Amino acid sequence: MRDKQAIVVEKVLPYPPEAIWRTLTTSELIARWLMPNDFMAVAGHRFTFRNKPMGEWDGVVHCEVLACEPPRLLRYSWKGGADSNPAYGSRLDSTVTWTLTPVEGGTRLRMEHDGFVFPGNKIAFDMMSPGWGRIMDGIARATAQA
Amino acid sequence: MIRGAGLTTVMKTLADPTRRAVFERIAREGEVAATGLAEGAKVSQPAISQHLKALRDAGLVTERREGRHVHYRVAPQGLAPLADWLDHYRTFWRERFESLEKLLKDSVR
Repeated sequence: MRDKQAIVVEKVLPYPPEAIWRTLTTSELIARWLMPNDFMAVAGHRFTFRNKPMGEWDGVVHCEVLACEPPRLLRYSWKGGADSNPAYGSRLDSTVTWTLTPVEGGTRLRMEHDGFVFPGNKIAFDMMSPGWGRIMDGIARATAQA
Repeated sequence: MIRGAGLTTVMKTLADPTRRAVFERIAREGEVAATGLAEGAKVSQPAISQHLKALRDAGLVTERREGRHVHYRVAPQGLAPLADWLDHYRTFWRERFESLEKLLKDSVR
């Protein structure tokens, strides 16, 4: 159960996979919907996304293209952040996977941001699993009684 | 006393399996006396006390004293940093996904 936990965004878009692939893999286009970058659609290519700096984090996400199979699969590593930051700017060593599946009327586009798992983060994963659901219920009950 | 602990503090605190087990047991049972936690656990009372202190310092549990007994319950806001962390990324990707869609709409004819 645990290893299935990830942030997933999925939607059927009324465009062919090739058109979506271009948007996902062309540096200037990525800059328009995601972040400034020096991406190249080549497995093994190292690149960065540039965010606004936040706390002790310089705002740079360090990535490497792990898989590039046009027009159906794109995967890159996603590392950045600082321990001292809350939430979004916190340290993260993760993987982003884009999957494009042709369906009637377009393409099913799925983004999976996986790997909230570096030491100490397993709990974040656990929190989303059924076991944690029960615990959250317990917390809710405790809160209701308080 | 209990202020919102940081994400790292919460993670480090819960990364210890024994401590997490203590935390989960408190969460399951609602309220637990410190003495009750040692019973049935394979951990000594002093070790339990150390874990409880760490959980309390991280804002994950609160204590209530009743005579000689100390009772613990989960602090509802304790896990907020973890929830915030994932929520931030969820929101981030949802928004970027929308931007991607808009861009596609504008560029694919």
